[in-house]
Amino acid sequence: MNEREMRGLIADVKAGSLSRRAFVRRMVAIGLTAPLAAQMLAYNGVAMAQSKSTYKPTKAGGGGVLKVLWWQGPTLLNPHFAVGTKDQDGSRIFYEPLASWDNDGFLMPILAAEVPSLENGGVAKDGLSVTWKLKKGVTWHDGKPFTADDCIFNWKYASDPAAATYTIASYKDVEVEKIDDHTIKVLFSKPTPFWADAFVGARGCMIPKHVFEPYMGAKSRDAPANLSPIGTGAYMFEEFKPGDLVRGKRNPNYHEANKPYFDAVEMKGGGDAVSAARAVLQTGEYDFAWNMQVEDAILKRLEEGGKGFVQLELGGSIEFISVNNTDPWTEVDGERASVKTKHPSLTDMAVRKALNLLVDRKSVQEHIYGRTGRATANFLNNPERFASKKTSFEFNVDKAIKLLDDAGWKPGADGIREKNGVKLKYVFQTSVNQPRQKTQAIIKQACQKAGIDIEVKAVTASVFFSSDVANPDTYTKFYCDLEMYTTTQPQPDPGVFMNQFVSTEAATKDNKWQGRNITRWANAEYDALFKQASGELDPVKRAEMFVKMNELVIENVVVIPLLHRNGVAAVAKNLSASLSGWDNNTWNLKDWYREA
Amino acid sequence: MAGSTLASPTANAAAAAVARRKHVTPSQEAWRRFRRHKLAVASSVILGMMIVAVLFGPLLWPVAINDIDFSAMLEGPSWAHPLGTDDLGQDVLARMLYGGRISLAVGLCAMFVAIGVGVLVGSLAGMAGGRVDAVLMWVTDLFLSLPQLPLLLVLIYLFRDSLKAIAGPELGVLVLIIAVIGGLRWMPVARLVRAQFFSLREKEFVEAARALGASTTRQVVRHILPNSLGPVIVAATIDVAVAIIAESTLSFLGLGVPPDIPTWGRILFDAKDYLDFAPHWAMFPGAAIFLTVLTINYIGDGLRDALDPRRVL
Amino acid sequence: MSQYLLRRILIAIPSLLGISLVLFTVLALAPGDPFGELAQNPAVPPEVAASLREKFGMNDPIWERYLKWLFQMLQGNWGFSFVSRVDVDVLIMQRLPATLLVIGSSQVLALLVALPVGVYAAIRPYSLFDQVATTLAFVGFSLPTFFTGLLLILLFSITLDWLPFVYQSNVNETGWRFYWEHFRQMIMPVTVLGLFQAGVLTRFVRSAVLDVVRLDFVTTARAKGLREQVVVVKHVVRNAMIPVVTLLALQMPAVFGGAVVTEQIFRVPGIGSLLIAAILANDTPVIMAVTFVFACLVILFNLIADLLYGWLDPRISYR
Repeated sequence: MNEREMRGLIADVKAGSLSRRAFVRRMVAIGLTAPLAAQMLAYNGVAMAQSKSTYKPTKAGGGGVLKVLWWQGPTLLNPHFAVGTKDQDGSRIFYEPLASWDNDGFLMPILAAEVPSLENGGVAKDGLSVTWKLKKGVTWHDGKPFTADDCIFNWKYASDPAAATYTIASYKDVEVEKIDDHTIKVLFSKPTPFWADAFVGARGCMIPKHVFEPYMGAKSRDAPANLSPIGTGAYMFEEFKPGDLVRGKRNPNYHEANKPYFDAVEMKGGGDAVSAARAVLQTGEYDFAWNMQVEDAILKRLEEGGKGFVQLELGGSIEFISVNNTDPWTEVDGERASVKTKHPSLTDMAVRKALNLLVDRKSVQEHIYGRTGRATANFLNNPERFASKKTSFEFNVDKAIKLLDDAGWKPGADGIREKNGVKLKYVFQTSVNQPRQKTQAIIKQACQKAGIDIEVKAVTASVFFSSDVANPDTYTKFYCDLEMYTTTQPQPDPGVFMNQFVSTEAATKDNKWQGRNITRWANAEYDALFKQASGELDPVKRAEMFVKMNELVIENVVVIPLLHRNGVAAVAKNLSASLSGWDNNTWNLKDWYREA
Repeated sequence: MAGSTLASPTANAAAAAVARRKHVTPSQEAWRRFRRHKLAVASSVILGMMIVAVLFGPLLWPVAINDIDFSAMLEGPSWAHPLGTDDLGQDVLARMLYGGRISLAVGLCAMFVAIGVGVLVGSLAGMAGGRVDAVLMWVTDLFLSLPQLPLLLVLIYLFRDSLKAIAGPELGVLVLIIAVIGGLRWMPVARLVRAQFFSLREKEFVEAARALGASTTRQVVRHILPNSLGPVIVAATIDVAVAIIAESTLSFLGLGVPPDIPTWGRILFDAKDYLDFAPHWAMFPGAAIFLTVLTINYIGDGLRDALDPRRVL
Repeated sequence: MSQYLLRRILIAIPSLLGISLVLFTVLALAPGDPFGELAQNPAVPPEVAASLREKFGMNDPIWERYLKWLFQMLQGNWGFSFVSRVDVDVLIMQRLPATLLVIGSSQVLALLVALPVGVYAAIRPYSLFDQVATTLAFVGFSLPTFFTGLLLILLFSITLDWLPFVYQSNVNETGWRFYWEHFRQMIMPVTVLGLFQAGVLTRFVRSAVLDVVRLDFVTTARAKGLREQVVVVKHVVRNAMIPVVTLLALQMPAVFGGAVVTEQIFRVPGIGSLLIAAILANDTPVIMAVTFVFACLVILFNLIADLLYGWLDPRISYR
């Protein structure tokens, strides 16, 4: 899809012949994120809408206890130190940001009175500032009022390097000014196309100034409120046992009328995903379970009991296989997989194309991931309707064999193909995870038929995803030929997602393997496109550049995408849980209720 | 005349009889007693058959272990698949025969390592006492306190590559796993043996042996050790089961054999989520582990009865 | 004997120090990084992770970190968790009640079952009772706890719906219902763990009693006309207890940090799951604190066992 086509669709939305929601869905289908699509609309004068609330109850309270199961329990409750989604979900029960992304990618105001836009003057035309109007009458759980001073404080708190918060990236390059008690202005140093980062979503949760002010900088870890939160959320803090239990009770002074429905919420942690699914879908002991990384076949059988159902949310995660451009078996200057080397066989386009043909995405989706994933050929996603001729997927062993034969890779005595003494023997690593091991088995079998020998390796998740410089099995070191994992999109903006292929981001010993380009691919055209997109203010032009970058990645088989993964949750049958694929599961806990 | 006294006829006969009666060595005696223990003999046969099956079975049952067949997922036992199929349509019998090699090898070898080291340390500590005992018990306490998981991670990362270089990738990993599992199970055996030694050391028959001039080694090997075999044998049977399970635990952490090798513990783990609708998948590896443990136990019982001089069989 | 006791206690302290040093070194050498999750998140700049490592002193040499830890420990400061940002002793205290209740009960259950069953099975070897008991014992320990746990859950929670399978550390009931609810949720984890340990213990008891029951003094006692019960309890069992005491002493410390799988399956918030979570997150202070207590318990119980040998068998002399 090119810029002209995108602008055509936007014109349709403006004219009223295409709904905003349908437009967003199409943009997601070609691989962009819903928030970016919504931004495209806003930039072109289509007012940012909000999805209609589906909240039915007419009074607050009376709903009993909401019991939710997170099979990794939160270990701390300060949103600025929340590392994984489990900690973010836990803190989100008590804290709120100014605005958040709903499932359709629209910004929903929470502590803000309205969403800033070009029309209401909130967003500056030059892209250098955003003005937020705060909601009046909001109080913290201890009764003190929420004002602009708290926002300024959050910015100062998070941007202080001595505090080492995990939200620092959103706050260190901006300045926040107080206009009056309920208005703030966020100033950017350069035109920022994606302004909805600071104070928005998981990284925008507000902590109270009057509680945390004595604990800024290096003292941030000592704050007692780290373990007993005081926020503005629908539920007030009651009890916290790290890794085990978080309990909250209804906030009677909550700033939205008739909310929340439940009198208390209990979040239990620990165990594994399958038993969590059983607890919701089979025994009904719990109302909601998070992140069901379980095979769909098992989920379907559990649903048959009728006590609950599986809810899927579209998001930006993609499960894919990285192909190493460098040689992981040769050591240069104490470093394996160094950018100074070239992979003996994987740099041959025929081999890459053959590997792409040997991945049976359809079977993997059908038999392992089921509803929780969608087979894809793109790094940014694409269902068949919008299939670009350049990027499609196919599973064809014979075609792969022919490709290899034509390129001169002939089977040797042991059945493994070789050319000039180089054998097609690969080590394929991923994290320890049932669906992943099954996927590896399927791929290995297909490759065996084509004469490629694959050694399967599984590394425990906490080691695989760590950044330990001494450990040879991390995914950034890539000391093997192929590896598979999921990249999530923690940012609603694809820019940070796509910098994984820029040559200057290559992970090397010098940058302690912190670079994001794991495949160590280097392509001048891609680098140029990326640089262009980072400075482009027009979201439509930007979107087109992202689509082009995706095509480059796929044509060169830099990665082999497998499937686009949805967020999967198990929900009790009467529970209406408002979830969003672009934010945490508990982002809208205030809107949850149980049908009578 | 000197030397012309006739020896009595019975003396001659007796001497001749002595010469005729076969000289039975203690090991032959032990074998005879072992054979009389019916269960032990049956168990040896069964264990032997299991070992033969995993060694040669794949030759007789040539179905591939990773033949993925989506049309035959989670099927129960049938002619085509005597033990059924798993969730990818792979044949369970073929997988069990293949993985059984590793499970049995790890189970038995790790058990021998644990028993060997444990008996050695325990007997040294029990016999010597004093400072040697104190030092050895300190080492034992140290190993008992070590958290197994971080230790496993450290050891495997330190030695994996060098072992692969020496013994080849598969054998290297196997040696490492056996060493690690066995190396973390010897402590209870050592303490049990030591405790037995403390009490047996003071018994009369040991004193008698000492009085007869037996060296310490002889006392230990010929007299005390055979009598302290009881707890050792129980520990051995338990160690086999624990070792087979431990090997699968290692693979969950990504530290053992690659995850596509279907060792019995691994099959059990893969099958656990399908217990309510495909119980056959889990039943067979569970039964295999159970059978292994059972046979080792009865063999151990037989051995103890055979070697224990106090038993009257 | 008191000299022996004194000597052992004096030795215990340096040996504990030595063990703690080895533990610390092993943990320091283990691969993995407490701040690894940060690297996955592209929004977090690498300087944040680096400064955190600096702040927690992770870049200091090992001996320096060990000494720091030692002095803190001696002053009663058990350290500060990297992951939870909470004092380690608070974490441990939160988990202690559930651990003692569930894991402790299973040990007691195992003992109560194993002793009588093992003794009776040994007195009538190869009888029906013995065969059944032996088979059950084998089933107990040849099946991994994740398997038996799951079987019980499938049977009692899902099919029969009699028992809850997620353990709640806070039960909102009062009076007898409080105890009843606690009991209901404890049955399965205690059974799973207890079954495994009872299986092991039964075999040892049986073997030990078998060794003793054929000895002359037992025959003598019977010949003297003593009641069978007296013979068994006063003569046989007491002499057979040595291996059993050894084993119990080895099992006791496992209450503190041992039952990881059971805790995970039933979501019991015990110290075992704290330890495993800390290990996987490389939260070194928590790991050190828990393993240190574990080491103390190991040394303590082995010492008690050694002393008990002397009481059980008066012929044992302490050199």
